[in-house]
Amino acid sequence: MEANQSSGISTPADLKPDDFRKIGTDEKQAEIIQRESISSWRDAWQRLCTNKMAITALIVLLFIVIAAIVGPYIAKWVFNYNYYTNDLLNTNQRPSAEHWFGTDDLGRDMFVRTWMGARISLIVGLAAAMIDLFIGVIYGGVMGYFGGRVDSIMNKFSEILYAIPYLLVTILLLVVMEPSLPTIIIALTITGWINMSWIVRGEIMQLKNREFVLASRSMGAGSGRLLFRHLLPNAVGPIIVTVTLSVPNAIFAEAFLSFLGLGVQAPVASLGSMINDALTGWLYYPWRMLFPAIVISLTMLAFNIFGDGLRDALDPKLKK
Amino acid sequence: MARYIANKLFYTLISLFILISATFFLMKAIPGDPFMSEKKVPPAIQERLYEQYGLNKPVYEQYFKYLGDIAQGDFGISMKKINQNVTDIIKDTFGASLKLGLVSIVVSVIVGVALGLLAALYHRKLIDNVAMVLAVLGIAVPSFVVASLLQFVFSSKLHWFPTMGFKGPMYYFLPVAALSAQPIAFIARLTRSSMLEVLHADYIKTAKAKGLRWYAILFRHVIRNGILPVVTYLGPMTANIVTGSVVIEQIFGIGGIGKQFVQAITVRDYPVIMGITIFYGALLMIARLVTDIAYGFVDPRIKLTGGKGD
Amino acid sequence: MEPILQIKDLHVSFQVKGGEVKAVRGMNFEVGKGETVAIVGESGSGKSVTAQTIMRLIPSPPSLIKQGEILFQGQDLLKKNNKQMEAIRGKDIGMIFQDPMTSLNPTIKVGKQITEVLIKHQKLSAGEAKNRAIEMLKMVGIKNAEARFNQYPHEFSGGMRQRVMIAIALACRPSLLIADEPTTALDVTIQAQIMDVMKEMQQRLGTSIILITHDLGVVAGMCDRVIVMYAGEVVETGTKWEIFKNPQHPYTKGLLRSMPRLDQKKGEPLIPIIGTPPDLIKPPLGCPFAARCDQAMKICERIDPGATVFSDTHMARCWDLHPMAKEGQSS
Repeated sequence: MEANQSSGISTPADLKPDDFRKIGTDEKQAEIIQRESISSWRDAWQRLCTNKMAITALIVLLFIVIAAIVGPYIAKWVFNYNYYTNDLLNTNQRPSAEHWFGTDDLGRDMFVRTWMGARISLIVGLAAAMIDLFIGVIYGGVMGYFGGRVDSIMNKFSEILYAIPYLLVTILLLVVMEPSLPTIIIALTITGWINMSWIVRGEIMQLKNREFVLASRSMGAGSGRLLFRHLLPNAVGPIIVTVTLSVPNAIFAEAFLSFLGLGVQAPVASLGSMINDALTGWLYYPWRMLFPAIVISLTMLAFNIFGDGLRDALDPKLKK
Repeated sequence: MARYIANKLFYTLISLFILISATFFLMKAIPGDPFMSEKKVPPAIQERLYEQYGLNKPVYEQYFKYLGDIAQGDFGISMKKINQNVTDIIKDTFGASLKLGLVSIVVSVIVGVALGLLAALYHRKLIDNVAMVLAVLGIAVPSFVVASLLQFVFSSKLHWFPTMGFKGPMYYFLPVAALSAQPIAFIARLTRSSMLEVLHADYIKTAKAKGLRWYAILFRHVIRNGILPVVTYLGPMTANIVTGSVVIEQIFGIGGIGKQFVQAITVRDYPVIMGITIFYGALLMIARLVTDIAYGFVDPRIKLTGGKGD
Repeated sequence: MEPILQIKDLHVSFQVKGGEVKAVRGMNFEVGKGETVAIVGESGSGKSVTAQTIMRLIPSPPSLIKQGEILFQGQDLLKKNNKQMEAIRGKDIGMIFQDPMTSLNPTIKVGKQITEVLIKHQKLSAGEAKNRAIEMLKMVGIKNAEARFNQYPHEFSGGMRQRVMIAIALACRPSLLIADEPTTALDVTIQAQIMDVMKEMQQRLGTSIILITHDLGVVAGMCDRVIVMYAGEVVETGTKWEIFKNPQHPYTKGLLRSMPRLDQKKGEPLIPIIGTPPDLIKPPLGCPFAARCDQAMKICERIDPGATVFSDTHMARCWDLHPMAKEGQSS
């Protein structure tokens, strides 16, 4: 069969003996040029930047954060309302030039209250996420690093705790402790850290047998140094993603608690408690619910999309 | 397999025990006594109340009595509703919640799996993109916002469905939709990524190399395996729906157990709070347990951890 | 020898971001009845793509069969529709894959995975299929086949799973078996067992085999003829003896030099082939191996060499084999 291929041998007429001169290595076509090596962080950042959804989410988040910080002041400077100013002659007003988001049942300006509420909700979400991070990293780091018996006991403990429904524990604690900003945050973190600890544990377990850790250990690095200098920094990606995704969970949980009257207490308001307050007259005064609902939904949406984008950027293998 | 189940059961019981104990001692830790808020009660009546609720005995004795009562399904007597047994309150109101919850679970699984499967089969096509946008919305928008919105649009404006109550099939649509939105979104995402993984698995190539028809491969190999992770989500989903229904029942005026819970919290009716908390807790832990065991049955690889070695 | 499979001028590409990967660029070969043909080459040389194209298993898009013919028992497989291909897959052509740990469905009992193919193609009843499947399991050397029939893949070792894969692929007595790196993922000791099973099955059933591998040791033990592929092209073909005793293409020589042999002299080094294959989005104009070839000449970078024929069975494509090459070197 190969015989017919031989007829295809191309012997162009202009073939010169010089064509058959051997070429030195320097003349050779270079091998495929190595791609410029970039650090994994810059690589992740570049991937993130190509994800339009994630970048949009980030911009929305920044906008909400800035509005939550300066929004209440704007209203104060422009119209001289503050958070508590009530005007019983102007209750349940529609949105207008004077009250951009309308007023509530006590005639308080909804624009100020919505952004103050956003501020409270963000504080709850971020503070709870930070405490989860702190406890989760330490607990999970110890589990993953020491392994063996320590791990198995600590892991069983966290599993038992995790089996108890999260919101029930939170509700119980708040019934006992009386809701206020700090107690709500504490109640939210009572079992919230477990997820983070499992993520950290998994990462550390994977990393601790890698060569660079073994090398460092063989050079006499102590446990603390290994854990904080070598292991945790390499687990930062999944940790950041988990934090990003746990913020909206805490915001939602606080809103949920508001429905039970266990959220932040009046006159302070979070987005959740505002929605709850608006519920009674909501079919007549939809704006009272609409604005806080939009802000809380946007916040949670943005955190979720940005978290997903971060995960894809940090771990391209997972991207589908 | 038996060891696997026994193991799971053991830890579930520990968790439940911790929840009951925590509930009891937290309630005891509340400063003052439960009748302080009431108007002045004559000492004789107060004495009788203490007697009735067993508050004059030492705490440990109360604790063991409480454990014993719960083991017999007795959650004590309401402090605010006269002559109302907590167990009876749960019995009377659980029916509505159960119906709502079961329908929501079934709807969530069917719709979620269908959406996720479609998205995986039409990966990177229009259906996929639409389904995933819906999924992100479903995960991010809180259920009470969804509920209010549905109520506003479909009952207040369009009058398609009743606003409040729970008296017939039409009353199911909006609460079920609000309760299922988030689980549907979760299941859709889970199903999609797991189906995509299965679709690219080597054994699907093997199945194709056998010359099986595509739909045979789809049903026998792809869906069966792609659905497995969804089974693990059934436990958390039940928790999600049960806790979600606390708020949804309030919004749609459904006289379920969730509504009782909210009322009890508002008036600080401690025996009712404790009873419903423990009831919910047990319910959710059983859901988790059933999920774990079910997973052991559907995924043959799990059996290995059950002790029966190769 | 009467060919059961003829591949003529096959071109296969993949659509990717930034262009089209030309994975197979003009394959020609044939497989005779009862013959074992090895396709050898490093990863990315197009050997697996060729195999999966014969079975029409590569999803399209992203793959594109640009041109060529795959004649199986005289019929062009590239002209068959899906349904016609389904009737051929598993019945007339069986296939084994590289990784036995992942090629069996983890949630279905092993026996059922064998009967599935029998029920589909041979219209057997469940009971008959079971008997045949157990018979197949025994044939591939699985002891206690009746009990094993009801077990799940995770209860089998890697080598045992690959035996099951062979049983599935050969259950319908196909005339052609395509084995895509069947031993790569296995331990060396198990590799030999699997090759023995395949040889034995071939003798019993008279199946032709296309063995895809990068391991020349496997080739030596089992194949009649060898096709050496590089960058989507056939660079040399010949009988096993022609390739091992008298390799002509520098790439084939390189492969042989990099492989340890039993008759190797003490202290004789193994010589690796330095460099990586070319980017097939922009395949080189000339010989694809030129950049890594220590014999490269100026012409190698300009024009892809044609075939030089040494015997009915032996052919290589290299400019160094051209009559003018010696003149050029002496000048």
